[in-house]
Amino acid sequence: MIVLGIYIAIFCAAFIVVRFGISKITERRDFTSLKTVTFGDESAVRPNRWASFLSVLTLFFLWGAFTGSAWVPFHAPGPFVGDTEFTYTMEAPDGARDDATVYARVLPTGEKGDPQDVPAGDGFAKNDSIALAAWRSDLVLMDKNDEITRKDGGKVVAIDGQPVSPGSRVEVAHGTVAVTSKGSLNFVPDGGMQMEPIWLPAPESVVARVKEISVRGYQNFTLWEHLYWSLFRVIVGFLCGAIVGIPLGYAMGLSGWFRGWFDPIVEFMRPVPPLALIPLVIIWAGIGESGKIILLFLAALWIMAISARAGVSGVAISKVHAAYSLGASRWQVLRYVIVPNSLPEIFTGARVAMGVCWGTVVAAELVAAEKGAGMMIMVASRFQLTDIVLMGIILIGVIGFSIDILMRKAEDWLVPWKGRT
Amino acid sequence: MTRARTDVGPRFLNADTLKGAWCRMSKLSINNLSMRFDLPNGSFVQALKDVSLDIESGELMSVLGPSGCGKTTFLNILAGFLSPTEGSVTLNDNAVIGPSAERGMVFQQGALFEWMSVRDNVSFGPRMAGRKKKDYMDNVNHLLDVVGLQDFKDKSVYELSGGMQQRVALARCLANDPDVILMDEPLGALDALTREKMQGLVLKLWKETGKTIILITHSVEEALLLGQRLLVMAPRPGRIHKEYRLPFAAAGVGKDLRTVKRDPEFAEKREEILSMIWDMEEEIMGRTEEAKA
Ligand SMILES: Nc1ncnc2c1ncn2[C@@H]1O[C@H](COP(=O)(O)OP(=O)(O)OP(=O)(O)O)[C@@H](O)[C@H]1O
Ligand SMILES: [Mg+2]
Repeated sequence: MIVLGIYIAIFCAAFIVVRFGISKITERRDFTSLKTVTFGDESAVRPNRWASFLSVLTLFFLWGAFTGSAWVPFHAPGPFVGDTEFTYTMEAPDGARDDATVYARVLPTGEKGDPQDVPAGDGFAKNDSIALAAWRSDLVLMDKNDEITRKDGGKVVAIDGQPVSPGSRVEVAHGTVAVTSKGSLNFVPDGGMQMEPIWLPAPESVVARVKEISVRGYQNFTLWEHLYWSLFRVIVGFLCGAIVGIPLGYAMGLSGWFRGWFDPIVEFMRPVPPLALIPLVIIWAGIGESGKIILLFLAALWIMAISARAGVSGVAISKVHAAYSLGASRWQVLRYVIVPNSLPEIFTGARVAMGVCWGTVVAAELVAAEKGAGMMIMVASRFQLTDIVLMGIILIGVIGFSIDILMRKAEDWLVPWKGRT
Repeated sequence: MTRARTDVGPRFLNADTLKGAWCRMSKLSINNLSMRFDLPNGSFVQALKDVSLDIESGELMSVLGPSGCGKTTFLNILAGFLSPTEGSVTLNDNAVIGPSAERGMVFQQGALFEWMSVRDNVSFGPRMAGRKKKDYMDNVNHLLDVVGLQDFKDKSVYELSGGMQQRVALARCLANDPDVILMDEPLGALDALTREKMQGLVLKLWKETGKTIILITHSVEEALLLGQRLLVMAPRPGRIHKEYRLPFAAAGVGKDLRTVKRDPEFAEKREEILSMIWDMEEEIMGRTEEAKA
């Protein structure tokens, strides 16, 4: 909630600063800047580069600030670390009371330390000392050294002077003490507003993990091998799907028999999400490479077939007529008119198919695999290695994005006439 | 679909043949052509009824008529894209049964191949016929000169203006050296000035190549200028309403077309045909209103 509030505040502040500050200085002078109607004219809406930059920066800073990163100069209040103490008052069955102090030592996450050495003190209640990690809690084993224990009928009646009973909680210095239903004390140090590393590790620990597993590996494979295998499966599966799907789509676009024969199959398979096929493919082909590639083949096949079919139906009849009256044979019409004319459509399909394949491979690896990006994050999550999970997600996103950009570049290069007919 | 060519003479134009030094005989005869489109709802449209016509080699014929009178259907049958429900078309005594290289077609727009350069578009026909590059390249370059696109031959067609694209389409058709050139509103999408220049170009190419040209247009002026013969068609059913033989095309070759248009006879014919088409349009409107009532 607080994070959302801060995020919105930064969004608004950045907008105001950029709008009335920076934009005034670096304003672009081109045709679009002269348009007076921009609200509602989609073509006049261009992404503000400052906004994109600040957006990424904001996410990074929020991440750093709420994980106590060393890379970010300001932090949300962190968990309490250090020594603190509180006193409890024990009442013996005969009504006698005695105070004892609990010395708590809160250690930073991951560090080991011993409790403080403390004098036992006088009276029947003796002082205690505990050591615990930040964000954790600890039961105070006061019965261990007290002369009158709860078994003897003694009970804690006050903490830091405030009366308590089983079930109540009391704020003490740097934490809270809860009295359990059995009458023992549970100390919880202040957690602050930062995230625990097992929920959200700091950016530097993610980066450190990248370095570590790109050299030492994780689950028998280095990071690059995991990513390589995922990409390899996507590319092989996609290529198989395209090699079968594109001719199939052409056949469906050119022959009534093929269209009639394959229409029911394609129309039926199209709405089945590839993820739903994972169990079947595992039964048929196991969790090895062939199973993954079959799955991705199926994911790409229908998309490519449908886009090739659409590419054929999209050809202007006058182009086909023109080619025939220039003396082209059927084969030449296919080769020089229908295929090039359908390329833009096929590229659009290929971009979609690549995206679907990339998503499917990760999901399939999450379910069962020996290697791959999805398997890496799944196994890591079982061991609560959140930094690996986070790193995996970021890299999966980066790779998916790069694939799309590469496809778009290839499209610009190979079908420059797209959208110009 | 395609069949062997029976004509003789050089297959492809070159600089000399373009000068009008020769003329291949090609006679197009159209016999009792009828075309009926059966609609899925059980009714039908009689797009053409009993059209008969002979077109001699080297004739320039323009076709005019109100919208929907079957001009495009007529041309598509000549090109071989449609087979008529009745009647037949023969070219040099061979029945027309499908599209072929001897009947070239120039479309209104959008029939160029965007994925090819201007030059590849123009040389498409010879390439498809498997000709050697050195055999056709001179002719292609010559045609690019004729249509004034030598400087644009390496450009993509989508980089050209509408008028330039139509010139590419003309050159592409000519490079294939067809006997008959069919044009369906080839200049319909152009602005008035470009259109006038293109009309001059069509006349020039007609004179130089001696091709048989059949041209559909919506503009009465264009039909008069580019019609040695002018066919006025009437709708429902589509039929030949009236035929003219006009001197303007022959007179206009190589001249400023505006001087031809100033001819009093030209103005007279224009008025005559315009009112003829107006009457037809009014009749159609009347009939539709009756049908509604
Ligand atoms: N494929 C078709 N199916 C059904 N009816 C058709 C088909 N093609 C044409 N027609 C009908 O045939 C008639 C003639 O059409 P056509 O396209 O030949 O007219 P047109 O003279 O070329 O008209 P325009 O000047 O508007 O181009 C029209 O009434 C049209 O509705
Ligand atoms: Mg038409």
